[in-house]
Amino acid sequence: MKPILNTLYIQTQGSYLRLDHETLKVEVEREMVFQIPLHHLRSIVVFGNVLVSPFLLHRCAEDGRDVVWLSEYGRFHARLNGPTTGNVLLRQAQYAVLNDPGQTLEIARLMVAGKLQNARTVLKRAAREGKGSPDQGSLNEAAEAQADGIRRAEQASDLDVLRGIEGSAARAYFAAFSGMIRLNRDVFGFTERSRRPPRDPVNALLSLAYALLSNECVAACESVGLDPQVGFLHALRPGRPALALDLMEELRAPLADRLVLTLINRNQIKPDDFVDRPGGGIYLTETARKTFLAAYQKRKQEEITHPVLNSKIPYGLIAHIQARLLARYLRGDLPCYQPFLFR
Amino acid sequence: MDILVTYDVNTETPAGKKRLRKVAMVCKDFGQRVQYSVFECRVDQAQYEKLRAKLTKIMDPKLDSLRLYRLPAPREKNLECYGVDRYVDFEEPLIL
Repeated sequence: MKPILNTLYIQTQGSYLRLDHETLKVEVEREMVFQIPLHHLRSIVVFGNVLVSPFLLHRCAEDGRDVVWLSEYGRFHARLNGPTTGNVLLRQAQYAVLNDPGQTLEIARLMVAGKLQNARTVLKRAAREGKGSPDQGSLNEAAEAQADGIRRAEQASDLDVLRGIEGSAARAYFAAFSGMIRLNRDVFGFTERSRRPPRDPVNALLSLAYALLSNECVAACESVGLDPQVGFLHALRPGRPALALDLMEELRAPLADRLVLTLINRNQIKPDDFVDRPGGGIYLTETARKTFLAAYQKRKQEEITHPVLNSKIPYGLIAHIQARLLARYLRGDLPCYQPFLFR
Repeated sequence: MDILVTYDVNTETPAGKKRLRKVAMVCKDFGQRVQYSVFECRVDQAQYEKLRAKLTKIMDPKLDSLRLYRLPAPREKNLECYGVDRYVDFEEPLIL
């Protein structure tokens, strides 16, 4: 198994990244502040006004190292795309499955089932931990709604019905979400998901977590040789990485949501870590974003037992392993796609 | 694996100064400077071979000296460090 290489996050506004032989140099106001050999890096994520030299970009494209541009507040702008590589036969198999409605529905069903199961596990766990609190009932109820969704997904006759089931389960999940927040609930109250812009602190945290996770899912698809735009559950739309979003569904609750909850409940992210922006959006301050990114990176290195492989793997590789399992199914090496189930 | 690279380059001549700069540059490509002529590099076997090949090509065996030590893992347990420490763990979260 390949080691998970590090991601370099640059959020200092006005920094300049350049290539120096085999190393990456970070300069701020013409002063060299950091230098690292490229072989330590799998990807580079930059926020807002950060310059990247053309030669560094060329080199990253050549090596297949990801470069991702986010806005200063973490919204996705662009990603570097090198030459098309990977296995054309695998992509062909992927397109063939897309043209088979029965098979497409089967994959989408498993992905939805995985997503709801993981949401249920997260809710159940929070209910257990919050024993005796008034939230326990609503958390258990929402968990039951997920279970119900899984049962109904099995019978879904087409994609639209399946998407409807997923949508109503997601609403039940988010309706109970604030029950999992145990600290500073006056500020971290949460009623519904809002994005572009996120309108409250919890939404701001979720948006940032999802932005980072979706980038990783795109990278996972690409590193396996799958076309990240050709998805099964998500409808195809120009510019939308539908397959990456498909893969992400089952990872949202265990990877992103739990991290957000942990940061709030351990008081690592506090009520005054947010700023209002014009347009009604709420965003993290620069220092809070740093805390968030450090926690996110740490989490990626923690190990978890993968139920299908039955071996220990770091959280950061789950997306890659799921992409690989999907590729094996598409090529006909596995009888079905097995979603990642979090315990 | 962690490799400790130390060197003495004879800098009495301009050619020697050039070699010194080149040695430092190659070391930076693979790791980081922890003291003036001491580098720590975290590399795999292939990268290690490359590092050694590059360095031995630059150095003048009659005038210079190069030593490569392999640090027993884990580094934190086998290394005592006092005073100024410029080491950055490249595997920790990197946020600037």
